[in-house]
Amino acid sequence: MAVLLLADVTNGALATDAVAKALAAVVPLGDVHVLVAGQGGDAAAAEAATLTGVSKVLFAPDHGFCHTLAEPVADLIVGMGADYTHIAAAGTSDAKNVLPRVAALLDVMMISEVVTVIDAETFERPIYAGNAIQTVTSSDKVKVMTIRTAGFEAVAAGNAAPVETIGTAASTGLSEWVEDKVAASDRPELTSAGVVVSGGRGLGSQADFALIEKLADKLGAAVGASRAAVDSGYAPNDWQVGQTGKVVAPNLYVAVGISGAIQHLAGMKDSKIIVAINKDEEAPIFQVADYGLVADLFDALPELTSKL
Amino acid sequence: MKVLVPVKRVIDYNVKVRVKADGSGVDLANVKMSMNPFDEIAVEEAIRLREAGKVEEVVAVSIGVKQAQETLRTALAMGADRAILVVASEDVHQDIEPLAVAKILAAIVKEENPGLVLCGKQAIDNDMNATGQMLSALLGWSQATFASDVSIDGDHATVTREVDGGLQTIKVKMPTIISVDLRLNEPRYASLPNIMKAKKKPLDEKTPADYGVDVTPRLNVVKTVEPGTRKAGIIVKSVDELVAKLKEAGAV
Ligand SMILES: Cc1cc2nc3c(=O)[nH]c(=O)nc-3n(C[C@H](O)[C@H](O)[C@H](O)COP(=O)(O)OP(=O)(O)OC[C@H]3O[C@@H](n4cnc5c(N)ncnc54)[C@H](O)[C@@H]3O)c2cc1C
Ligand SMILES: Nc1ncnc2c1ncn2[C@@H]1O[C@H](COP(=O)(O)O)[C@@H](O)[C@H]1O
Repeated sequence: MAVLLLADVTNGALATDAVAKALAAVVPLGDVHVLVAGQGGDAAAAEAATLTGVSKVLFAPDHGFCHTLAEPVADLIVGMGADYTHIAAAGTSDAKNVLPRVAALLDVMMISEVVTVIDAETFERPIYAGNAIQTVTSSDKVKVMTIRTAGFEAVAAGNAAPVETIGTAASTGLSEWVEDKVAASDRPELTSAGVVVSGGRGLGSQADFALIEKLADKLGAAVGASRAAVDSGYAPNDWQVGQTGKVVAPNLYVAVGISGAIQHLAGMKDSKIIVAINKDEEAPIFQVADYGLVADLFDALPELTSKL
Repeated sequence: MKVLVPVKRVIDYNVKVRVKADGSGVDLANVKMSMNPFDEIAVEEAIRLREAGKVEEVVAVSIGVKQAQETLRTALAMGADRAILVVASEDVHQDIEPLAVAKILAAIVKEENPGLVLCGKQAIDNDMNATGQMLSALLGWSQATFASDVSIDGDHATVTREVDGGLQTIKVKMPTIISVDLRLNEPRYASLPNIMKAKKKPLDEKTPADYGVDVTPRLNVVKTVEPGTRKAGIIVKSVDELVAKLKEAGAV
């Protein structure tokens, strides 16, 4: 049995944490070949080769695969899929874009957001915003799946797998990349951070959302947000935590001015320690919090930041 | 140009989900069902395109149980022109998988020849996030997923997508499939007169067999359980106490 794992690469950089966690999920299934697609991915391919459990890195350095456009990358994977029993990737936005396309081209079902690999055909995945966990078996010839990485321990580096150069892209003429709007940040990445501080509608404005960022910086934390905070323009879209945003499971999650709607809980309730600060003692967030503080965040946040 | 909008009938997003004690699934009998929230956004976008003169007709499609008629009536009341219901199951607990849905939609696309399919990014029941991409693959069309901004210009669409690092803009060739994200627009409510009018709009009823599609699931659901619950925490009285607890727990 062999697994093809699509690596997440953005502007030539490997999403190391996501790939290393996805590897932890799929290594028990057999030989793992990691696919790095895109011109300029040399360093990412070399780095992927150091991850434990990788038996080979397949590097497709064609410009046509850059920005992980779904059409050419799906064609590339389908072209190499014949020998693989599993085609997988960490559940990043790129993988969610590409892999269902691959599955349909292979006439197999997509298995999204796997949290447990029980055996080669049996998987657990959350449904209904994580309010239920489904166990499914697939008899499709190839299992195409994304891995929800939050619950997996990243594999270590120290490997030296061979890197093989493969395939070129045939132009599909279907789509082209125009631009990325990515805010550079010195903070840790949300899905791999050990500590996350998130703010909600309670912050009231983009200017006051800076209170969240101050606490985050004090803790060396990543910053998250509820949908309401993003919709209101207090925080950028890629900070959204929840059913339809990012799923995080840090050691410490601090939710401030967030009510705790199920869609938000879906993205953070597996965190090890949850702290909630909210002025409404009835807020559902307190039901999942290890430590709740009923207080006005405009008093509590500055005080907390200064005392840590 | 014609736009096809697939809309799914799902448990209302406000309802607390109950897992059945025998592990056979989520209890959907007598719970409030609504249009998948992402699909409301897709319907809204289609109507706005028609209002802007870029689209002539908006056709809503739903695949599932007969009751999905209500979901289609909602789409019609929002402003869709016509609807197609594909009755693929008699049991409300039988979810039709994205692959089968995509195959039926592909067959409908071949019949209807839309220039655009606007679907939701993900159904909030199965949380698959797959149907649009699968449909695009089956048709050999371009795809633009997780859209937060759409502009259509002749034979191309420029779409801004919500991605992990922020926003990405791509240009796709028409016809195309666009899956919509939460911030694309704010869907309108259907007014009472429009709800009345919607009752008279055409709604065709079909079956998967009409399209030659086998909807037998590929994934066998062995069991469905509730996730582990967290043990109850404590309410601290002050920031000082919070800091002390966090230090005790080794969290800071
Ligand atoms: C399809 C769909 C998908 C969704 N996906 C997501 C998702 O991925 N992530 C997500 O977060 N949401 C998601 N939502 C939205 C979700 O349902 C809630 O609307 C949202 O999480 C609410 O955000 P909030 O808690 O910041 O706002 P609110 O619910 O308005 O809560 C604000 C909280 O702040 C508190 N507060 C106000 N002022 C203060 C103060 N001065 N001091 C202390 N506390 C204060 C209030 O007591 C209140 O509890 C989704 C919804 C839908 C329909
Ligand atoms: N049974 C269905 N009927 C109509 N549209 C559907 C159905 N299932 C999925 N869709 C569409 O596909 C989108 C993504 O669903 P999913 O891939 O199941 O997460 C939804 O938002 C709908 O637009």
